[in-house]
Amino acid sequence: MRLGELKNHERELHLFQLRIGFAGFAVLAAFALLFARFIHLQVVQHDAYASKAEENRISIVPIAPNRGLILDRNGVVLARNYSAYTLEIFPAKVRDLERTIQELEEVVEIQAKDRTRFRKLFAEIRNAESLPIRTRLTDEEVARFAANRYRFPGVEIKARLFRQYPFGEVASHVIGYIGRINQKDQEKLAELEVEANYRGTDYIGKSGLEASYQQELHGTTGFEQVEIDAAGRGIRTLARTNAEAGNNVTLTLDIKLQEIAEAAFGERRGALVAIEPSSGSVLAFVSKPGFDPNLFVDGIDSASWAELNNSPDRPLINRAIAGIYPPGSTFKPYMAMAALELGKRTQKSAINDPGYFEFGGRRFRDSKPGGHGHVDLYKSIVVSSDTFYYQLANDMGIDAIADFMGKFGFGAKSGIDLEGEATGVLPSQEWKQRRFRRPEQQKWYAGETISIGIGQGYNAYTPIQLAVALATLAANGDMYRPRLASHIDNLRTGERRQIEPALLKRIPLKAENIEFVKRAMAGVNKEGTGARSFGSAQYTNGGKTGTAQVIGMKQNEKYDERKVAERHRDHSLFIVFAPLESPKIALFAIVENGGFGARAAAPIARTVLDYYLLGKLPESSTAGDATGALKPGAAALEEEVESD
Amino acid sequence: MALESAEFSPRRIFHRTAARMVAGIDGPLFALSLALVALGLATLFSASYENPGRVSAQLTHLALAITAMWLVAQIPPQTLMRFAVPAYLFGVALLVAVALAGDVVNGARRWLHVGVARFQPSEMMKLALPLMLAWYFHRNEATLRMRDFAVAAVLLAVPVLLIARQPDLGTAVLVAAAGCYVIFFAGIGWKVIAALGVLGLASLFPLWGMLHDYQRRRILTLIDPTQDPLGAGYHIIQSTIAVGSGGITGKGWLHGTQTHLEFIPERHTDFIFAVYSEEFGLIGNLILLTLYTLLIARGLMIAANAATFFARLLAATITLMFFTYAFVNMGMVSGILPVVGVPLPFISYGGTALLTLFIGIGILMSVHSHRRLVQT
Repeated sequence: MRLGELKNHERELHLFQLRIGFAGFAVLAAFALLFARFIHLQVVQHDAYASKAEENRISIVPIAPNRGLILDRNGVVLARNYSAYTLEIFPAKVRDLERTIQELEEVVEIQAKDRTRFRKLFAEIRNAESLPIRTRLTDEEVARFAANRYRFPGVEIKARLFRQYPFGEVASHVIGYIGRINQKDQEKLAELEVEANYRGTDYIGKSGLEASYQQELHGTTGFEQVEIDAAGRGIRTLARTNAEAGNNVTLTLDIKLQEIAEAAFGERRGALVAIEPSSGSVLAFVSKPGFDPNLFVDGIDSASWAELNNSPDRPLINRAIAGIYPPGSTFKPYMAMAALELGKRTQKSAINDPGYFEFGGRRFRDSKPGGHGHVDLYKSIVVSSDTFYYQLANDMGIDAIADFMGKFGFGAKSGIDLEGEATGVLPSQEWKQRRFRRPEQQKWYAGETISIGIGQGYNAYTPIQLAVALATLAANGDMYRPRLASHIDNLRTGERRQIEPALLKRIPLKAENIEFVKRAMAGVNKEGTGARSFGSAQYTNGGKTGTAQVIGMKQNEKYDERKVAERHRDHSLFIVFAPLESPKIALFAIVENGGFGARAAAPIARTVLDYYLLGKLPESSTAGDATGALKPGAAALEEEVESD
Repeated sequence: MALESAEFSPRRIFHRTAARMVAGIDGPLFALSLALVALGLATLFSASYENPGRVSAQLTHLALAITAMWLVAQIPPQTLMRFAVPAYLFGVALLVAVALAGDVVNGARRWLHVGVARFQPSEMMKLALPLMLAWYFHRNEATLRMRDFAVAAVLLAVPVLLIARQPDLGTAVLVAAAGCYVIFFAGIGWKVIAALGVLGLASLFPLWGMLHDYQRRRILTLIDPTQDPLGAGYHIIQSTIAVGSGGITGKGWLHGTQTHLEFIPERHTDFIFAVYSEEFGLIGNLILLTLYTLLIARGLMIAANAATFFARLLAATITLMFFTYAFVNMGMVSGILPVVGVPLPFISYGGTALLTLFIGIGILMSVHSHRRLVQT
């Protein structure tokens, strides 16, 4: 037994020693392989590597270009740069980041949000050369750090350009903002094959024109060939290719008009787009509420971000291009135009409006109980008769409506020079088939066509689409692509590139039909639902009020504003163009949950037009009137009020 | 042997104290590691000219590491064996804690906060795992069969997978290698090794799918570093330029241009070999390889003569770990292995690595001085 164990033990030891021998052999083989590699590198290819090392004495340093400015149509600066000092840490050169930051605190003020931002950047951006721990140092802080510089190897002061938006919230959705280049931006730059031009650049346009004109605004990165000494510090610049500043982008927007329009909204939510019908130039572009783009420039702090992102008012959504709304009664002039063009109605066609339209045993109610009595085509627009358009839609059928409205750009992206445009919904049999999965949902029911006629049902369009459609009507069927930029200036060459108006199409419309619809719209503002706001205007104009339901009403239920929660109240819409003969401005405005179109949206439109056409500044009382949209005693309005 | 009267002679006391001090210290092993450390300090001085504090910091680390070595050398392997299970369990627990509450640095969760300090529990696994496996095989020495190797495989897989998902593939591979060495020396059959080898090759394809993007990029960049000259390929391109431009005799101490113009990234830690090789050339590399070879030879000798199965396995594994670190690091810097975060043993800057290495040396010394079975 003991002998057996001993034998076993000896066998085991022998086996182990064999394996040790094997391991020793493997070690020698591996080291021989390494040595062969060393001979290859250090003897065979020595010359090639020696010359490479020699070339390495020249270091290439990118010089980031200055970002171009954004200006309004009169040359007022909307986005500019200013130089400021930042305190930057080079993570690779710092042994203990936490301690360094703690010690820096004794020299310059470092707040909790600065630390949070630094940590976030450090975790997000791998291999960053340097990261800012503090931005916008005061002169005193710069001096204090300079005196203590020896204590902080790997920490340096850098002069950087910062973006600034002098108008703050005004036009924030147009201008947008810039932010640090992230992984996604980098992938996009790689896709566009412009990565090299972004070496040395940390910021990029994230939204608005800052994003859509990024390539213009960015400029060309310069390079400096620097000979470096044994300590790696530049001793001599061998060659320098200067950076070329980005181009300045001048807008069609009038910032004064924009300010007036935004002020007219007050605290209410909504959107407004004003377009010059003869060119597609956007004159004012409002999405309320806005945000302060300056918050984003050097990384937004989490509290501000949470506030913007979680607000029920959704201030970060660009309502003018991404909000979709039913057009309500502002749809009716186009319906009338369709009826005339397609021969479904004549200028003299009339009905007797009993206050409802009956279809398949169901009653579609008019907003005016008892109806408008005798209603012809002209009156149907002026008083906004629902019954007339229920019937008309039923006679035309959904596909004829969709076909005609498609020409005016309803339910299609307008092509404005901003990113993030929504498509909206132009309902048709084909659309429903695409939209729904189950066969019984895919079928279009004739009853669904009826409320399409008054701009309800599946109708859903963006404010920019509704403004473009109106501008097209005002320009007698000429449709221009809406544009915010008018020209781009290259400061170095002095070259100016115009962004020409782009005529997308000419819709063939009979002159007498155009003239009739415009006349009816003029009637709206003279004697109809828009008269209260525009009756006293000192220029000719044509408009249409609209009210869009946010929640569905039962068949016999009457909408009572006072009983409905604020966010479920109807949207107030208004379209207007002026002057009548050769329109200079076509405007769409919506006030979310503003109630009847005549009350909330029309006064805003009047304020904007008065300034644009007459140079008349709004009196403060006008603004007060506009905010009083929900005053009790609305009964006085009841008569001139319209719709759904 | 000593006379009663001589006990009080101061000279005698001094000699006895000195003898006590050096007891258990293996001369050749100690000399070889000190020679390597000396080369390391010289290179570190050159690599960190902008921050001379690193050399004195490394000297502090060294003093600490040598003390630890001396202490460990006094502990008989039998006592060491008692630490195996608790050290292993503690290490695994820490790895789990890292996975749940560790700090994220450069996108990987590797660090654990302990009071004011942070440390990487994966580092301690480099010793704890071989200790555990050697203990396990030793306990079942007389009756080793396939089942035991299977258990060992599980003991190996748990910490390795925890480290791999941090993600820290480099350390995971090194810890796995340590485990495999124990299993190999424990006598697993060649047929099984061959079968596992085939299986391992076959599993490369699904494994590729599990790798993180940056890990794939590192492997692809190895095949063609010029693909990504400013990204992942930069390290390899610059370090091969450094090695290649060193030539036969090197550019001379403190005269490496690649080093001093800051073209070598991480030049005092993982890429310090590029600095060494640039300044001391092929001759310097030969000296370094010779020192490592002698150190490994001494270690394997100690293992071959060890008294117990446990001591044998542990000594052989620790020795091969020295080899692995050296080979992987130099292979990475010279561009024949992918870039993994492995320091060059005894040369790279860093307290934790130095401590681990000298504890390893201490274990080898303890095994050597207890090579004869003590009968009690």
